[in-house]
Amino acid sequence: MNSREIARYALLTALALALSWLESLIPLPGAPPGVKLGLGNLVVIVALYRLGPGPAAGLSLVRVLLTSLTFGNAYALAYSLAGAAVSLAVMLGLKRTGRFSILGVSAAGGVGHNIGQILVAMAVLRSGYAAGYLPVLLVSGVSAGAAVGAAGGVVARRVRL
Amino acid sequence: MGRRRNDLLLILGLLAAAGLCALLLRPRGGGAWAVVEVDGAETARYSLAQDRTVRLEAGGGYNVLSISGRRAAVTEADCGDHTCVSTGWIDRRGEAIICLPHRLVVRVEGGPAPAVDASVN
Repeated sequence: MNSREIARYALLTALALALSWLESLIPLPGAPPGVKLGLGNLVVIVALYRLGPGPAAGLSLVRVLLTSLTFGNAYALAYSLAGAAVSLAVMLGLKRTGRFSILGVSAAGGVGHNIGQILVAMAVLRSGYAAGYLPVLLVSGVSAGAAVGAAGGVVARRVRL
Repeated sequence: MGRRRNDLLLILGLLAAAGLCALLLRPRGGGAWAVVEVDGAETARYSLAQDRTVRLEAGGGYNVLSISGRRAAVTEADCGDHTCVSTGWIDRRGEAIICLPHRLVVRVEGGPAPAVDASVN
């Protein structure tokens, strides 16, 4: 890794953190736990399209570690890690098929994130009850993922990394 | 653009899956109870017909369950995030208050039919 790449990843990590922080400032009254926009994923999806799977996975991991430790707790870390891993796997798979644009890939990634989180919640609670949140989180995951994907498409087209 | 169409189909498919889950997970009624589960095992159930305040010991801490006016809420807890408290009052079957740090679930069995979870235009 040369100094140019180090600077690039540092910049992208900082950007992802700043976006996550920005998002944490906007309360969503009455929203069930787990419903959020996922602005920080904008950086991950742009990295996926402009830099490739490896850098996207690395950024995602560092972003999750830093945001969970800064804005959350150990539980938030477990959820976010599982969510990010499932989300990234889904996005990589769909992107490889070449049949979907960044919007569709991101929408499915949003759903993957929420499914990963629910799986961890079910494991922690040892109860299938968290699955009750599934419909709400599926809808919110699709919407948030599509919105982030639409924005990511514009950014990936115009910004040279 | 075939990709746009595929995107749309994918999104519609995911939304349909959400609808299907909502139908499948729809709980069925009985009497109106607040059921307490710790670590996935039911530890207590309280009728929503009788107002009361109970201190629940769970996960090395406590959650105070209040039942009032046929509704239940966790009104006080010493967990880290207080998601359980901010969930507020629940009274419809299938609704649940979840305290992850204490691995505690309070859910309503019976009671009125659930309200609409979400609507999509």
